[in-house]
Amino acid sequence: MAVAQQPQEQQTQSKIPTKRIILWLGVISLLVFCLAPALWQLLTSFKTNDAIATIPTIYFPNLSELTFNHYITLGWNFLRYVFNSALVSVISTVICLGVGAPAAYTLARLNIPGKQIILSCVLVVSLFPYVLLFLGLLELVKYFGLGNNYISLIIPYTAINLPLTILVLRSFFLQLPKDLEDSAKIDGYRTVPMLLQIVLPLTLPALVTTGMLAFIFAWNEFIFALTFITKDEMLTIPVKVAQIGGASVYEIPYGPIAAATVLGTIPLILLVLFFQRRIVQGITAGAVKG
Amino acid sequence: MEDGGDGEDGGEQTTTNKQQPANKNQQPTNQQPKMQKDAIRQREQRTGWILITPALLVLALVFAYPIVRAFVLSLFTQNLGTELEPVFSGFTNYVRLFGDGRFWQTFGQTAIFTISSILLELVIGMVFALVLNETFRGRGLARTASLIPWALPTAVMGLAWAWIFNDQYGVVNDLLSRVGFIEDPITWLGDPVRAMIALIFADVWKTTPFIAILLLAGLQSIPQDLYEAHKIDGANPVQSFWSITLPLLTPQMLIALLFRFAQAFGIFDLIQVMTGGGPAGRTEMISNYIYATVRRYLDFGYGAALVVVTFLILIAAVAITAFLLSKTRINVTGER
Repeated sequence: MAVAQQPQEQQTQSKIPTKRIILWLGVISLLVFCLAPALWQLLTSFKTNDAIATIPTIYFPNLSELTFNHYITLGWNFLRYVFNSALVSVISTVICLGVGAPAAYTLARLNIPGKQIILSCVLVVSLFPYVLLFLGLLELVKYFGLGNNYISLIIPYTAINLPLTILVLRSFFLQLPKDLEDSAKIDGYRTVPMLLQIVLPLTLPALVTTGMLAFIFAWNEFIFALTFITKDEMLTIPVKVAQIGGASVYEIPYGPIAAATVLGTIPLILLVLFFQRRIVQGITAGAVKG
Repeated sequence: MEDGGDGEDGGEQTTTNKQQPANKNQQPTNQQPKMQKDAIRQREQRTGWILITPALLVLALVFAYPIVRAFVLSLFTQNLGTELEPVFSGFTNYVRLFGDGRFWQTFGQTAIFTISSILLELVIGMVFALVLNETFRGRGLARTASLIPWALPTAVMGLAWAWIFNDQYGVVNDLLSRVGFIEDPITWLGDPVRAMIALIFADVWKTTPFIAILLLAGLQSIPQDLYEAHKIDGANPVQSFWSITLPLLTPQMLIALLFRFAQAFGIFDLIQVMTGGGPAGRTEMISNYIYATVRRYLDFGYGAALVVVTFLILIAAVAITAFLLSKTRINVTGER
């Protein structure tokens, strides 16, 4: 085989190898850039305290320099915060889809006055940094006595994910063949039953896509979680991990922090691994077609 | 928009005629379609409002109320001096803001952070998009890997970055000294300029995937023929990049820049976790200043004024980009 291919290779050698080499250099730097910081944290989480504090830095530790102790230090208690984050993220994602899908359908198909205005408001709102909102929300939370109540996170998380959900689902509804809905109407379907029984089942892939993005954003949110929840056993992952990091000024527990980083991000890494395509679809549909 | 609406009404007519017997107010035949069209339209509108109202309520509560409230509260003084009771004080807060050195300092730092990180992200994101657009073995894996920084929580990775840039044990110093760039370990987060560089690096790491994905979608929509034709004309890949890829990607680049501008301008968690705004406030951003004003100094009125000013700056930026975007859309279609 090698012999047969040789003439061909020689012909193209002058052009293709340089291009291929540049491409592979690009691929390798992309992988290093994206993965190295996360992998470094993973490695740190398994190194013994001595190995962590060794200079020059150890990149390939021996077995004796590895340990599970940092995970044991965190203990089962830490899973509590993973659970908190999961709870808040899942509930807010479900509500967001439930509220967002009908709104997206209206904006895609039904004629209501001021539709364009609503649509552009939704777009602009998706650009607001959360810090602009937390002052007003803090007042509301105090007024209704919702501090240390997950409602104070679930409602804002629903809201911050709504613009993206509405834009992505709307672009999906617009792509559905109109005939389908017309013939459903001729068959005597009213709008709402038609939406539930015919349109939504077809929308399932788009719902999964947007749900995934909403879940990730809710999981990662920091400023509201930092402000509205103060009880330790109710904290979400980002706040809890940041708290471990800021716990003591003099002796920062790098090992346990690294272990907490790993545990707190595993759910997200799994999502990315399994749903890479959908997430990419969601990001592009939300930003480009909106 | 209008076309869609008309088509829809045309479709409804068949439906209405079938339902005719059920309709009680019988109209003269030639008026009938119009009347029923109106009835259908009304019903459709009602359904539309019912479907959209919950979403609008949530958005109004979480987005509109806080902004409106900030405008109102910014005209009051409400801090420890007034025992946290709001006292009307007109534009005092804005006058104070104008002479507030810390505000202008954080504003400048936010601008530096925002501009450097989005420009770097645009360049690196473009390189990534070009790489991911080529065919090679393991492309799916590379795309998955490139999403990971985007998906991880900033607050959590902020700690990882603080560890990476640690002056004693940090891997950055170790690598730099191995390569021979530095003799002794240097302080990263303890030095104003280097702390800013570290923050920008961490932010670029986190958000480049977002830009790369948007640009990749744009790349995939450029017809391959354009490149082939250009190649026949004797152009090399670099020339086609400048004369085909870049102009046709302008809308995507503007959209990505707009999103990223808003996000970077409001950056909070990374700074809070990685440097805490230090050293000596030299990496503090507007968001962190607003947060400290409200939470630490309990100065609600002044915090509201800060919110209003930041909001107005953002709206101005959005308006400018939207204007540029509408212009490029016309240009693009005009060229074709």
